[in-house]
Amino acid sequence: MSADAPALPASGPIRRPDAATQWQLMWWRFRRHHMALIGLSVLGLLLLISVFAEFIAPYAPATRNTRYLAGPPMGLHIIAADGSVHAPFVHARANRRDPVTLRLLSVVDETRQWPIELFVRGDTYRMWGLFETNLHLFGAHGGFVHLFGTDNLGRDLFSRTMYATRVSLSVGLIGVAAAFVLGAIIGGIAGYFGGAIDVFVMRLIEFIRSIPTLPLWLSLSAALPRDWTSLQIYVAVTFLLALIGWTHLARTVRGKLLALREEDFVVAARLAGCTDARLIGRHLLPAFLSYLIVDLTISFPEILLAETSLSFLGLGLREPIESWGVLLYAGQNIRSLAHLPWLLIPGLFVIVAALAFNFVGDGMRDAADPYAK
Amino acid sequence: MLRLIARRLGYMLLTLWLVSIVAFIVIQLPPGDYAEAYVAERAQSGARMSEEEIQELRSHLGIDRPWYQQYFSWFSGVLRGDFGWSYEWRRPVADVIGERLPLTLALAFFTLLFMYAVSLPIGIYSAVRQYSVTDHVFSLFGYIGLATPNFLIALVLMYLGQQYWGQSVGGLFSPEFQDAPWSWARFVDLLAHLWIPVVVLGTAGTANLIRSMRALLLDELGKMYVVAARAAGLSPLRLLIKYPVRMALNPIVSTLGWRLTFVISGAPIVGVVMALPDTGPLFLHALLNQDMPLAGAMVFIYCALTIIGTFVSDMLLVLLDPRIKMS
Repeated sequence: MSADAPALPASGPIRRPDAATQWQLMWWRFRRHHMALIGLSVLGLLLLISVFAEFIAPYAPATRNTRYLAGPPMGLHIIAADGSVHAPFVHARANRRDPVTLRLLSVVDETRQWPIELFVRGDTYRMWGLFETNLHLFGAHGGFVHLFGTDNLGRDLFSRTMYATRVSLSVGLIGVAAAFVLGAIIGGIAGYFGGAIDVFVMRLIEFIRSIPTLPLWLSLSAALPRDWTSLQIYVAVTFLLALIGWTHLARTVRGKLLALREEDFVVAARLAGCTDARLIGRHLLPAFLSYLIVDLTISFPEILLAETSLSFLGLGLREPIESWGVLLYAGQNIRSLAHLPWLLIPGLFVIVAALAFNFVGDGMRDAADPYAK
Repeated sequence: MLRLIARRLGYMLLTLWLVSIVAFIVIQLPPGDYAEAYVAERAQSGARMSEEEIQELRSHLGIDRPWYQQYFSWFSGVLRGDFGWSYEWRRPVADVIGERLPLTLALAFFTLLFMYAVSLPIGIYSAVRQYSVTDHVFSLFGYIGLATPNFLIALVLMYLGQQYWGQSVGGLFSPEFQDAPWSWARFVDLLAHLWIPVVVLGTAGTANLIRSMRALLLDELGKMYVVAARAAGLSPLRLLIKYPVRMALNPIVSTLGWRLTFVISGAPIVGVVMALPDTGPLFLHALLNQDMPLAGAMVFIYCALTIIGTFVSDMLLVLLDPRIKMS
């Protein structure tokens, strides 16, 4: 930890580390973390999906394609059977009856192509509940396209995953936000006042952290009334997750406050006649905001995985509200999984999202630490 | 030393008592009580019950008394090992759980063993060979292990087992040992099946442990005493094992309680997915059917296991680090 400026990459416009703000310095350090940058772009993509889910999804989540029940994912191709190169297309599907069971089967017809088209008209939906439209990002001309396959009812898994992205991310965001408010208030009180309150809060946190969370979450959400609508369940589950997830943040806030309380600049501000509120808001909060953001990022995957597990067991969110966990619920049965392994695709989204948050969190932790080499 | 143990023991008992309140709240939480459910069930089969009969049922079950009286009768029962009556199974809760608890305990024990046995050597290796290809591979594995919910690992393993090995991966016994009495062969059969849930349950924890072991050891390796010992001519392996590893091991052992909490927390869901004959499916089934005496007892037992585990890890730390005894 020498006194001279940290080594920064020399590329880009001229930088003056002496004139950079704290956030600029952090951003420069963050950019050196390649995995964190990749994570950040993945999160951006997921956010984009969740904002424009209706538009990106080629079908409404409840639309059933009776010509393609339990169909496997349809691959995108650019080379046709005769070797010629085309714009992206999917092979056409034809229906045939099984001669023995008389079940309707779907077979690939490689001689015909359904070209992928952009901005096609399809199912009607209300964009953000504001205006009605039937424009979709893509669709197959003359047929249908199911990139992730369909379930037993013939619902498009790709479309449902897009909608589920919105729900899963929003549960995470709202849950983390609620946990943040709880943690900041409780941790702030403990750290700022200290003494008996501090001891009590720390014992409480220790107690909550020493009991296994998932069984507790399960039993709390099992106790939710059965006749609630899925929207009420959604709100309740989100807050249940926050109710147990706040301890981590409270501990960070408290620790930082306790350390900062003794700093010279705090004593100086107090001597200058700062009120408690101004002292906290103007001087203390900015000093550890970066740590809080890091903690928020790290607690996000925890809440995301918890929601997925709850919904997967049938004790979290339930249809018609669909999250990644709700979609995975259909894959709970090993028999259906043996025939429809593509039902696990939403699980990939869970892993990717959790990975991205972990990478971004790691990058931010390094960037926010002023003592990093 | 004795005072330390006494203090920890007192703290453990206090926590256990708090947990009993939490478990009791879980039992009381769902709206309605068993009498209502029972009446509805009878009404469906055509047998109507009069108001007096319902009242009698309530007083027979003791659910017409105020909550604190119910709590004390429940808690004094728990102290005697009596967890009440399971409505779903029509048997005492303690019997239902007792049959399946040993398997949960075995699963948790072997998972912990697996986590430490795998992660400590890998963590040490990654720290000593920092930024080597192997280190990067293990880091990648660690990230993915942390980000994957363990039920997903279970599902994928079961799918692969079904598809490529043609056998069911779920369960803990081969069909011929399913109802056989305990014997050496059955025990071996159990071990042959147990490793899959152990790996599934332990993956996230192992990833986590590798990361902390690596970080802690890296901190230690940079310290002056290591340089001094190396300069004095100590052989690298002997130096590594004798000093920095021992120092880095401290925080690892002291978090044993957390790891156990983590394992216990994940055990029910793995049990459900892999259809293990342990307490997991029992717990979920009880919750879905609102058989709350059973569910509450399970919550209490899960919590009690982690609390006792934390106590044991505290004691282990005292053995490992003599400095704690002094303070």
